[in-house]
This record gives sequence, structure tokens and C-alpha cells, in this order.
Amino acid sequence: MERFDYLIVGNSVGAVGCLETLRSFDKSSSIAVIGEEPHHVYSRALLPYYLDQEVPVEKMLYRPVDFYDRLGVTPVLGRRAVGLDTAGHVVKLDDGRIISYGKLLLATGGRPIVPPVPGLDTEKENICNFVALQDLQRISRLLPSAGRVVVLGGGIIGLMAAEALHKKGLEVSVVELAPRVLAPVVDEFTSRLIEEAFRRSGVAIYTGTTFKEVQGGERATGVVLTDGTSLPCDLLVVAVGVVPRVDLAREAGLAVNRGILVNQQMETSAADVYACGDCAEVYDFLMGNRRVLPLWPNAYAGGRVAAYNMLGMKREYDRATSMNAMHFFDLNIITAGLNTAGEKDGFEVVSRFDAGSRSYRRFVLKDDRIYGFTLVTGIARAGIFLHLMRRGCAVTSFKEKLLEREFGYLTIPEGLRRELLSDEGVISEHAAANQ
Amino acid sequence: MPRVVAKPEVCIGCHLCEVWCVVAHSRSKNILKAFLHETPRPVPRVVVEENLPFTLPVHCRHCNEPSCVEACISGALYRDPLTGRVEHDAGRCVGCYSCVMACPYGAVVMDEVNRKVARCDLCKEMGEPACVKQCPNRALVYQDSFTS
Repeated sequence: MERFDYLIVGNSVGAVGCLETLRSFDKSSSIAVIGEEPHHVYSRALLPYYLDQEVPVEKMLYRPVDFYDRLGVTPVLGRRAVGLDTAGHVVKLDDGRIISYGKLLLATGGRPIVPPVPGLDTEKENICNFVALQDLQRISRLLPSAGRVVVLGGGIIGLMAAEALHKKGLEVSVVELAPRVLAPVVDEFTSRLIEEAFRRSGVAIYTGTTFKEVQGGERATGVVLTDGTSLPCDLLVVAVGVVPRVDLAREAGLAVNRGILVNQQMETSAADVYACGDCAEVYDFLMGNRRVLPLWPNAYAGGRVAAYNMLGMKREYDRATSMNAMHFFDLNIITAGLNTAGEKDGFEVVSRFDAGSRSYRRFVLKDDRIYGFTLVTGIARAGIFLHLMRRGCAVTSFKEKLLEREFGYLTIPEGLRRELLSDEGVISEHAAANQ
Repeated sequence: MPRVVAKPEVCIGCHLCEVWCVVAHSRSKNILKAFLHETPRPVPRVVVEENLPFTLPVHCRHCNEPSCVEACISGALYRDPLTGRVEHDAGRCVGCYSCVMACPYGAVVMDEVNRKVARCDLCKEMGEPACVKQCPNRALVYQDSFTS
């Protein structure tokens, strides 16, 4: 039986965050990573970016080709973990191999949701998800014969796919069940700005409706919406999100809610088993609860914190919350925290829209601190706001200034500024003492 | 970690650090050619904040656990474990601006013309960073090692 000191199930960003941190401190322990797909670690987030190219796998890679070698990691690719025995400290693979581990990280990610609609089946020739390299490869093969595409889902992935397909020359329609696009992520005003950008570019957006049925046999030929609209199509992309992949953990008896439950040290309910990324429920510092936060930075940072604790260096993950950088046509958008909350939920909202530049800034405040922000168009230096939010800084005294495009550290009152800038030595100690 | 540290109390807000940063990252390395003939002109990788009479130059901190690297979806931003420097491979950058969302100092600069980002690379091919060398009032200091 093979044995590794550290074993990681999953081969995406959470795994990389963990691997890189493990190797920063421990050069000699044995590490293996199990990847279900037969590919070197690649970025799922890049799928929309490479839709219009000839699937250059090298350009999808998230780390250089010598990554596993250089880090002394054993990749086990094209194999799926099908069993976990936490008492025996072993993982069973789909080819019957048994691998024993010292510490285990579950970074199994998410599974695309396919709503139960008559005729909607991703086994069909021209119905695809949009989460894996093979989805991209399928879509690329279908493109030459496709003129019309319907995208189910007006979230980030659906909208990015829609834009990329539009740029490929297809006639694109997006269907979103909620009354507006990106409803869980941005406020209504931002939704309208985004919908406007799509419509101006010639992409049709249907909101407040969904598929009633998909027409056609082996090949989808069109969809009928619940409001009666018929949309013919040659390609159907299902992008309504992902659910945590928890089968392995659940069958092994780990505590699982929507995702695998972890504490702030990323430990699951089983000894020596950790979890991070889209498969886990992590602590959201803003909401003060545990929830699935399937976002890239959270997965990497979760893997990193897990690694520290696997190494016996106690660390807590206390900086996760929702955050997104998006762009649709000419709109750049950055959001973080609670953005759908408003005055009626007991928050104070300050916002400003500049019609000339079409820039929009919105802050959700409560108890003297930032709970969420949305920046549209003027997104430079957005991270300063995330920083203020994560540190729970008091902002009421300068809340109107948050709306200014030139906002920076010099806008922040001196005492707080000094505190924030001393973290990574932005200013010299001499200045910090005398400023 | 090597990095550029500012002394805002002696910064006079002349923006020459920005000018010389552009030159250092130009093809010609010549101030006139860079400003008159290079299109697109490189973006300066130092942000000089101004709230007169105060000015504050902010450079990439080459953080130990960089938030930008954590957020980068393409692998363009990475921290070299040997030098400790945070590097940016512009060839891999897709301009998603996740790093702009993540950097607590606002030190990742948007290059909207090329739809990429730029960050202080400490002029790694030139020895001393150009901004430090050219700062007329020595408001910028190159720190070779930093322990926090």
C-alpha cells in the first residue's frame, strides 16, 4: 500500500494553496494530489477567456508544467477517490488502489447543477455545462455549426459565457429565473447596468422566467420558457451554479451540511481530515456564520490555512466572505460582502452614480463599519475597501469620502491610516512615529 | 523581503517616481522616446496619492502571503519562494482584475489599454529601483530585507 504524509483529493486552486504552503515549510514530507481529470492543474476560471481559442491547454494551466516535479509532489491524475476510511487513514481510488495518508485535505470542489426540466440533459449532444475543460472542448466542437445559443443562468459564469459566445458571432439569449441578473451578488441598480450593457451589445436577457421544457430529441432544437416564449437554439449552455461535492465525505461519516463542515482551522469532524474550497462550508467573518463561499480567493486561502494546521502551525481562517471581480463588455465591476442588503434590513447605504462616466459606487454600512461594497467602472484600488472591511475599521467619520473616485489612504483619518500602513511597512517607521 | 518604503514626510509630490518608473519599463529606456513615441506607454507602477499638502507613494509590498496571488485566476501572479518577490507574468494575465479587488494597499495598477495589470517589480533587471534612484528628496528607500 502506498503511503503519503499529506494527501490531497482534488487538483484545483484549493489544492495548490495547500501544496505551496506545505512546501514552504516542509521540504521533505511526501505529498500526493489526486485529480479526477487527466490534466495538469488548470484554471476553471479561465474557461470563458479561452472559449474563442483552439483550446490551448497550456494557456489554461494555473501553474507551470514542472509544478509537481519542482515541489516534489506525486500527481495521481485521471483517478477518482471513491472511498475514505478516516479511522484507517486510507483513501480508495476507482482503480482499486488504496493510499494511506498522515493528513488529508478534501478539495473536491463543486458539481454543476442541472435543474429538473423535461428534456434538459447534459448527455445530449448540444447541451453543455461550463465548469470543466471538457465542457469547453465540447462547446468548441459545436461552435462551427451553431448559430443560436441559449444560456441558462444569469450569474457570473452564465453571463461570462454569454459574452464570449456573443463575441464568437453567435446569437445569444440568457435566461434567468430571478427578476434580475446576478441577484445574489449585486444590488438592483448594478443588475440594471449589466443588463443594459448586454442588451446594448445585442444579447437578449430574459429575467423572471426559466425553462419549461427543452425541445428536440438527441439534439436540443429549442426551449420553451415558463412565460411561453420559444427560443430556438443550436447550443444550450447550463450555467446555474454548482453544489458542493460532498459524497466522499458524507459516505465516510463526516459532518456535512450543504458543504463539508470545517472549523476555522479548516478541520472537518474527522481527525487529520481537512477541507477547503467549493466543497466546504467556511466561516464568513461578515455574516458570523458558516456557509459555502465558492470563490477562487477563498479556496486558495482555505487551502493555505489548512496547510498551516496540517503542519501543526495553528492558524485560523477569518477573512473569508463573498467577493467578485467581474467584467461584462465595457463594465468593470468589483464587489465584496453584503451587497443585496439595504436600508430596510437595518443597514445604511451610501451610493453615487455618475451618469457621464457611468460609474457607480455603493457602500453598505452598519455599526460604523463596511459590510459590503460595489464599484462599477471606477474599480482602481478596490482592495483598500476590502481591507477596511476585513479589519472592521470605523468608517462613519469619512463615509461620504468612500464615494470619491480618488479615495486612498490619504483620505483615511491619520490614526487609522498609520495603523493600516504599518502592516507591511508601506511607510518608514520614522514616518509612522512622526506623521 | 525586498521592497520600496516611503517617507511621506519628505515626499514633495513631484511624481518623478512615476516618470522614471515609466522610463524603466519602456522599451527604449529613454525618457524622451518613452514619453513621445511609445504607444501604448507603460503605466507607472507606483501610485502617488495626493491630498495636498500631503502626498504618499505606494508600491507593491511583495507581501509574505500576497492577497493578489491568492486571488489571481490565471497564475500570472505568483510568489517566488526563493527570492520572496511577488512576480507578474503579463503574458498569462487575462485582465480579470481580481488582484485589484484583493490588494489591501491598492498597489496593483490597472493597465486598461492592454487589459492587464502592472505592479512594482523592483526594477529587477536594473539593480536599484529607478524611482528610488531618481527621487530628488530621498523620500523612497529600497529595503533589501524586511522582517515583520
